[in-house]
Amino acid sequence: MIPEIGALFVQVAYIAASAAFILGLRGLTKPDTARRGMQLAALGMLLAVIGTLLNHQIISYDLIIIGLVIGTAIGLPMGLLVPMTAMPQRIAVSHMFGALAVTLVGIAEFLHYRDVPGGPGVIKMVALGFETVFGALTITGSFMAFGKLQGLISGRPITFPGQKVINAVIFVGAIGLWIYLVATQSGDPAASGDNGVILFGLMTLLALVIGVTLVLPIGGADMPVVVSLLNSYAGLAASATGFAIGNNVLIVAGALDGASGFILSILMSKAMNRSFSNVLFGAFGGEVAAGSGKSAEGLTTRSVGAEDAAMRIGYARNLIIIPGYGMAVAQAQHAVRELAELIEKRGGRVRFAIHPVAGRMPGHMNVLLAEANVPYDHLFDLDEINEEFAACDVALVIGANDVTNPAAKTDPASPIYGMPILNVQDAEQVIVVKRGMATGFAGIENELFYLEKTSMLFGDAKSVLSQVVAEVKGL
Amino acid sequence: MFSVIATALGVATVAITLMSDSSPTVASGTSGGTLVDAQIVEVYVFLLAAFTGYQIITKVPPLLHTPLMAATNAISAISLVASLVIAGAERPLYINVMGAVAVAAATINVVGGFVITDRMLKMFKKTEAPK
Repeated sequence: MIPEIGALFVQVAYIAASAAFILGLRGLTKPDTARRGMQLAALGMLLAVIGTLLNHQIISYDLIIIGLVIGTAIGLPMGLLVPMTAMPQRIAVSHMFGALAVTLVGIAEFLHYRDVPGGPGVIKMVALGFETVFGALTITGSFMAFGKLQGLISGRPITFPGQKVINAVIFVGAIGLWIYLVATQSGDPAASGDNGVILFGLMTLLALVIGVTLVLPIGGADMPVVVSLLNSYAGLAASATGFAIGNNVLIVAGALDGASGFILSILMSKAMNRSFSNVLFGAFGGEVAAGSGKSAEGLTTRSVGAEDAAMRIGYARNLIIIPGYGMAVAQAQHAVRELAELIEKRGGRVRFAIHPVAGRMPGHMNVLLAEANVPYDHLFDLDEINEEFAACDVALVIGANDVTNPAAKTDPASPIYGMPILNVQDAEQVIVVKRGMATGFAGIENELFYLEKTSMLFGDAKSVLSQVVAEVKGL
Repeated sequence: MFSVIATALGVATVAITLMSDSSPTVASGTSGGTLVDAQIVEVYVFLLAAFTGYQIITKVPPLLHTPLMAATNAISAISLVASLVIAGAERPLYINVMGAVAVAAATINVVGGFVITDRMLKMFKKTEAPK
């Protein structure tokens, strides 16, 4: 192929890919257009890859083919077989792979510039450092998040004295090395001997350590924020790669990913009552020490059996179901759907109220319920449904806790005061499905459970709801 | 209104991408005045893309936040194109091998990411019209 035409084709492919990515994400603003949008984005990706393979710099395809085959052999089964309940882990792992690719590119490029007269120049060296630091910390950070979500590491926050000081020292060390490398390696990297390589390696190593120490102190319920934040870091690192090698499609795609992760982090932190700076510095988790949360002494709950609960649920005209992480753990989504269908058949109205941080990642509950065949027009966000609780006769809480705690509105001394909650307490009756009286993640008592109108239905969500379904059928 | 702004931003991004004469190749190591110009344009590309992304993604309903995450993850695996060049260009073998590992990692995300996003989106259905 004539080189100029080849180069032009590559540029056109990259521009088309950038446009396809933007339009594809626009498709995601509506459920009806989402699938086609993503197919367009996949097509854009294919174009960009084909364009790149025609690049005149590529002289051998052997290693490329090996890499593509291995990647497909791992990626395809992961895409096809991973169950929806494992989606948070799978997202965390994919951040790790994305960051691994970006970090390797950063290191390879840095080493390559040692053979290039004139070196990378200041701007590219800044980008290479950013790419490698953020890539490396995302690799280990995502791996830790994966470990916590998969249950390989304890989901509890792991803290030790002086943790923040140590973290700060490591972080400052990595940034200091980055600045030093920019100052010494931008012009003529080979002149300073092997020192540059050693220091670059040290910087990468420190960044890997930061990823671990960043996620260690963060508890399981804070994972939506962590996963979103790592999403953002992975995107920014990809964008920095674009700067480092002068490739606009990487800059565009990385910026889109970075913006998405950033927005989700903010949404999640707001929904958890954490400040924005908390998110930026990853200083969340652990801080929610049980404040002056009211103790449960002297208060009693009313426990009911499946039969009694089925009577109330079965005759409900307007039922709102509030799913939480407990539903995901018990894999109760199919039983929930069965119950919802049954109530609708009996003439009742059923809606689902979904809190932004219910579950372990943004949108977790929606995906689980969609998998169980609950139509998406039955799923409502906090803002959409909060006014409706006052008009519903039964609110059924399944494995959710802190997001329903009225103390967030009424008790300024409560650690979760100010957090947006679902107004479950406004319902005529409340039924709470829960394994036991353990407190939620925030470690505080939930006043909702002690209200006159609340009945507690103790047990594993899946088996308890199956019993309720059987009882309702017999009504 | 929103879609007009978003589309305009998208067009501007593409236009600037077109104008900037950045080569798709891995840096060749030239330096000098013109390079800085190209890099300023790259900053524009980044800003416009980030702003476009912000405008669009704030409109994505919470319903689709998990597919969104899977989708942006697949898209940012475009770093595959950088990995491909490193794996196949004339470089020392160990650098080519690093590139090949990067190709494998990015391919996992491209293939797995788009497949799983589609699998999720397929599940979102409306209530069927009563028969």
